[in-house]
Amino acid sequence: MDHHTILEMRSITKEFPGVKALDNVSLTVTAGEIHAICGENGAGKSTLMKVLSGLYPHGTYSGEIHYQGQEVQFKDIRSSEAAGIVIIHQELALIPELSIAENIFLGNEPTRMGVIDWDKVNASTLELLARVGLSEEPITKIKDIGVGKQQLVEIAKALSKSVKLLILDEPTAALNESDSQHLLDLMSGLRSKGISCIMISHKLNEIEQIADSITIIRDGKAIETLHVKNDGVDEDRIIRGMVGRSLESRFPDHTPNIGETFFEVRNWTVGHPSAADRLVCKNSNFKVKRGEIVGFAGLMGAGRTELARSIFGRSYGNFKSGQLFKDGKEITLKSVPQAIRHGLAYVTEDRKSLGLNLLDDIKSTTVAANLKKITNGLVVDEDEEFTVAEEYRRSLRTKAPSVNEGVAKLSGGNQQKVVLAKWMFTDPDLLILDEPTRGIDVGAKFEIYGIIQRLANQGKGVIVISSELPELLGISDRIYTIFEGAITGELRRGEADQESLMKLMTAGKKSA
Amino acid sequence: MTSLKQLFGGDTRQFGMIFALIALVIFFQIMTGGNTLTPGNMINLFNGNSYILILAIGMVLVIIAGHIDLSVGSTAAFAGIVVAMVMRDWNFPWYLGILVGLLLGALIGAWQGMWVAIFGIPAFIVTLAGMLLFRGANQFVGQSNTVPVPQEFRFIGAGYLPEIGPVTGYNNLTVLLGLGLCGVVIYGELRKRKRFEKVGAQPAPLWVSVTRMVLLSAVILYATYLFATGNRGTSFPVPGLILGVLVIIYGFISTKTIIGRHVYAVGGNRHAADLTGVRSKRVDFLVIMNMSILAALAGMIFVGRSTASGPFDGVGWELDAIAAVFIGGAAVTGGVGTVVGSVIGGLVMAVLNNGLQLLGVGADMTQIIKGLVLLVAVAFDVYNKSQGKRSITGLIMKNFGNQGKPEIPTDTKKVISHDASVS
Repeated sequence: MDHHTILEMRSITKEFPGVKALDNVSLTVTAGEIHAICGENGAGKSTLMKVLSGLYPHGTYSGEIHYQGQEVQFKDIRSSEAAGIVIIHQELALIPELSIAENIFLGNEPTRMGVIDWDKVNASTLELLARVGLSEEPITKIKDIGVGKQQLVEIAKALSKSVKLLILDEPTAALNESDSQHLLDLMSGLRSKGISCIMISHKLNEIEQIADSITIIRDGKAIETLHVKNDGVDEDRIIRGMVGRSLESRFPDHTPNIGETFFEVRNWTVGHPSAADRLVCKNSNFKVKRGEIVGFAGLMGAGRTELARSIFGRSYGNFKSGQLFKDGKEITLKSVPQAIRHGLAYVTEDRKSLGLNLLDDIKSTTVAANLKKITNGLVVDEDEEFTVAEEYRRSLRTKAPSVNEGVAKLSGGNQQKVVLAKWMFTDPDLLILDEPTRGIDVGAKFEIYGIIQRLANQGKGVIVISSELPELLGISDRIYTIFEGAITGELRRGEADQESLMKLMTAGKKSA
Repeated sequence: MTSLKQLFGGDTRQFGMIFALIALVIFFQIMTGGNTLTPGNMINLFNGNSYILILAIGMVLVIIAGHIDLSVGSTAAFAGIVVAMVMRDWNFPWYLGILVGLLLGALIGAWQGMWVAIFGIPAFIVTLAGMLLFRGANQFVGQSNTVPVPQEFRFIGAGYLPEIGPVTGYNNLTVLLGLGLCGVVIYGELRKRKRFEKVGAQPAPLWVSVTRMVLLSAVILYATYLFATGNRGTSFPVPGLILGVLVIIYGFISTKTIIGRHVYAVGGNRHAADLTGVRSKRVDFLVIMNMSILAALAGMIFVGRSTASGPFDGVGWELDAIAAVFIGGAAVTGGVGTVVGSVIGGLVMAVLNNGLQLLGVGADMTQIIKGLVLLVAVAFDVYNKSQGKRSITGLIMKNFGNQGKPEIPTDTKKVISHDASVS
């Protein structure tokens, strides 16, 4: 591997009205390395990448970018792509209704006499798919493949543009463990072929595993660049750089105070909403005790969310059979309002598209699920709304100038706190939290765990669904595993470790 | 500049739309040599546009919820002809006629709402069908004839506040109405200050409140003077009064009640609303049904003013109403918009129309100018949003006691000055 520098960003400063998003940031990437950028949400990582990729064109920032030994001034994404810099965003930019091949060559279609040369498109697509290790037909539509494969299509698309520097923004955020591993392997493969890679990620274990160097950004400033091999970097070291202090523990101390079983699900069976004969939940049984934090482990698509949402007022799928018991009595929850009345709350895994009205502000979001409580006669009491929201803002330590702030402007962690406040205000007995820390930085995660434990201490039952096994192991008193819609195991704290969970989560499958 | 900001709450740009309206009025007042702000012309303006403004009130709710209603003109015409005929052929008194009209509106609304909410057909299609259906129904029922309405019925479209009490040289009821409104403005401002103290926030400086009260009261009193001193027998027009009452009712519903919050929630993010316990289908049904009821009312007011119901009543009204709503700051994607904003948007169009007419500009040029105004107003709004600033038009309205989408202030100081202006 030769060690010349492929990219040097010098003293980049980018200001938005009222905010300095990047303050004199410099970044050097060696050719053929994987360079991770770490930082809490809002630290400026994405802004830096947008500057690099020309999304913020030259002139809107100060500083210089040197790429392959020359100063470059990208005026848009096209010009940076022409130079071989391709960015893959967290939210994938593929068109669901088009095929893999059409997506890969979108905007870049090979033509013969002005007509798209489909033979060439499909042939090249096959070649590219082989390079990323994806065995799908080029004519398969994007909507028919999973998000892990879509990620690979994005990379194939980048390869089609003869990429030299690939930027991946949270590439594994939405992937399960095996897809993530595949992607990481692919990245190492690209590295050995001389393609440099910048990767933004919150998954420190992955960074530790794959990155050659790590630049840590905090509050718009580049704090340090670590060389993984020379500096003896581990996760704690990275966290210390990101938060500016060391976190003694990733989870707050907690002594559970577990009471009686108060919520029970029996023989829960639910069909897929559109495919009539497919079951997403198969005869599931589980219990939740008061004051208990119950984890649900399963691979993506195992049916965890489907189970949760079908219980929460049948908001997903086709209910087939099953019973719910609360405090010993059977209850029927046919709608979300009914579920809320019976003391259930569900925090979705997809904050932006299912959890929040991004046009709303903190205060109206906080009270949205329980407007009746602050309504006198006909009138929604706005003083009460303000007071309530302000109380939650203080007690959950939501970082915002005031409760009039729009939720769209908050970071992921603070948005999640607002969503939690919304459900806490309904005073639920059972909270179902679906991926409560997805896309949230380390510091805020710690706080969210604290909130979850506080809720349990109040005698509420909390279900936590998560793809991150260390998180489940750290927070749950008991963990159920799900595989293909069925509950395959139940492990108490102390019995469970990553291996035993993984085995149950892939039950019936031979571990590869 | 700071003082201006405090006066208008956070941002002077918010007032762009009000300023546009006022500037437009002043412009035409000068250009027409004082013929714009006369009692007769103002009465004309209100009478000739109240039905569009009423439609805009219903339309903004439909648009906030993420739908559209193209059938309002036809619905208005159908309600108009049916009401005219029951009064002529079955000798229904005027009040029963109105009741029949409103019921018919509700029925039409329930029909369209059913298709949208229960069968999930896009409102664009359902109401496009309705536009044809009810236009046809109007011409079928009335056999494409014009049907006159009795004198008493014309009151709702062309009536005035009656003369009562001692002879003062002014219309007493109009004066009372104006004074009452001033009282409400002052009371509202004082109450707002109290509220702020109660929740522990800092209200705007006293002089800001006082200036605001004085300015608003001055505008109201001037309007009162205009309407109270018109030709004998004229005063504040009844359609204007109906409009005012509706603005207050719907402004209240949209901002202060649960169902109002739910309309915004559904338009902002339907899935999130569903998972928060909002019955979004019910919201769809209600906004669509409400629109048809208001359309029927608008149709009756129009018939009252034009003394007869005809086969081509209400043609193109849907477009005027939709234009008013978008000029008033609503978003095509839903979730954003205010009742007061839409009415002001409608007034901008109305003043433009009226002023150009007074200047003797032909219908051809008037259309061209109106089209450009719509485009420029919305483009300006979109541009501002894309610059990371908040929509001008969408925000102004908040300051008139009507909370739409709250402003996103960037610092605490601004928050307070902004909040001080929100009642």
